Amino acid sequence: MDWLQFLNAFWVGGLICVVAQLLIDLTKLTPARILTCYVCAGVLLSAIGLYGPLKEFAGSGAAVPLTGFGHALAEGVRESVKTDGLLGALSGGLAAAATGISASLFFALIWSLLFKSRQK
Amino acid sequence: MSNNGIISFSGGCFIAETATTVGKKERQGPMNGWFDASEEDEYFGQSTFEQAESEMVHRNLQLLFTKANLQEDTVGAVLGGDLVNQCTGTSFGITGHKIPFIGLYGACSTIAEGLLLGASLVSGGLLPSAVALASSHFCTAERQYRFPPEYGNQRPPTAQNTVTGAGAFLLTHEDTGVRVSDGVLGMIVDGGITDANNMGAAMAPAAADTILRYFDHSGRSLADFDAIVTGDLGQEGLELTDELLQKCGLDIAPKHMDCGVLIYDAKKQDMHAGGSGCGCLASVLGGYFYRRLRRGELKRILAIGTGALLSANSALQKLSIPSVAHAVCIENVCNTQ
Amino acid sequence: MDTNAYKKYVESRAKRSPVLRNCIRAFWVGGALCCVGQGLNRLYQWAGLSEKHAGLCVSVTLIFLAGLFTGIGWFDKLAKYAGAGTLVPITGFANSVAAPAVDAKSEGYVTGVAAKMFTIAGPVIVYGSVSSILYGVIYYFFLL
Repeated sequence: MDWLQFLNAFWVGGLICVVAQLLIDLTKLTPARILTCYVCAGVLLSAIGLYGPLKEFAGSGAAVPLTGFGHALAEGVRESVKTDGLLGALSGGLAAAATGISASLFFALIWSLLFKSRQK
Repeated sequence: MSNNGIISFSGGCFIAETATTVGKKERQGPMNGWFDASEEDEYFGQSTFEQAESEMVHRNLQLLFTKANLQEDTVGAVLGGDLVNQCTGTSFGITGHKIPFIGLYGACSTIAEGLLLGASLVSGGLLPSAVALASSHFCTAERQYRFPPEYGNQRPPTAQNTVTGAGAFLLTHEDTGVRVSDGVLGMIVDGGITDANNMGAAMAPAAADTILRYFDHSGRSLADFDAIVTGDLGQEGLELTDELLQKCGLDIAPKHMDCGVLIYDAKKQDMHAGGSGCGCLASVLGGYFYRRLRRGELKRILAIGTGALLSANSALQKLSIPSVAHAVCIENVCNTQ
Repeated sequence: MDTNAYKKYVESRAKRSPVLRNCIRAFWVGGALCCVGQGLNRLYQWAGLSEKHAGLCVSVTLIFLAGLFTGIGWFDKLAKYAGAGTLVPITGFANSVAAPAVDAKSEGYVTGVAAKMFTIAGPVIVYGSVSSILYGVIYYFFLL
């Protein structure tokens, strides 16, 4: 059912954020380190076959957090190794992540043209 | 000669005038009304934050000369610094003024360092007058040590907020009624703290060391003072300093005030442990404390500038934060004011 | 008091962040952002995009919005409230690119904006792609 998908996205996505919040508050990990860990964790969870089913279950709840970004990298690499062999290990990950990375860079350049830094 | 760091300005050094300029958040705080000028625009009408800080330094120095009714070419020297790399905040701000300049770096202790050195030059008869100044700007400090202002993050309760502010003190040989009488040069103390979000804890051992040394060797006792004023220890550092001193048998807590705690309403303004930065002590000492000394409401204070001597790289290399604290005794020597 | 004892004492007395409050906020904001993603995904699929393309468009939309909010100065206020709730979704990545870009304008578009975009995003991309390469190699030799 539709609403169940939203509910699952909400609580799975929320919980993934709570884990990061605990890392921020209880350890000395900086946000930059946590983002990096999350992407790598996404690759790992996808590699051992856990993230795929989680995404089936939670939809955007698993796709939107940065672990989903890692999952996309891992999926991309899996596909390209199948078609291109060992060379695919080098090309597949970033190719799958290209949309997100390029969009971030492109928009950031536009925002830097339009906006000026302000004090909080 | 023992190296206890005490210096006495027996030749005579007085504060003739002060000038203070702050930003918006500082004006919104409880110290509002004690500053000479404030600016709503975080850019101070300039195009970058670094230029803004320099503009603030420049305006504040002008203001000092106007208030003191003084030609700038009669000033012996300007001694000052800030937190921006290579002290450009100050040196760019002084550019255009025809005054000998000595750049200082003592992190947030800079104004105390400047007052001690300026008073030495003046009381020693080497210069007729000197200006000590220091400044900091929230955005230049954030960019250099932390994140860009737009970056979204949460800060822990022990974190402090860099003050946007500048303070300048005109020191002269003539008796103006408010005297810089003596002080202690700080030694570097490393309490082993590595957390750049708990600067108060890093600086507390240095503050305690300096205060203890002052009362052990200066010949004055705590009873001689109306207030012990630290620069930017924040709530955390203030309590730690008091505890460290209590263990040594000195209870300064009833007289201890910290400019970092005074400058913001920590709860209402969401400032965590309080303010920090060179401009914190410079603006609160030059505004609130100097005026109260001049009016005779305070007779004698010990002002302690505390500096956390870390750099962006030393923090990344996980080195502990060495700190320094310089103390200067300022007193009202008029009988009637 | 020696250095180690002092350090321990400082850590023991330092006020902790309000963990429970922060977690509740991170939970609902992070969850809500994922629901926005879910809604957009439904919208794009309804408009005729394939499942894969809809997912990519969701990312692009969230990146666009997070950057826009960064530029107008809303993102840091929201992040101060939500913490990991805005950091962990793709919005946090977009903010980590857009914030230094906007801030570094004063150092020029090449040495400032473009270079600083990668301050936080760089490590994410480097270690993300390196771990995907390692996985690809393992996959090729052992799992294919």
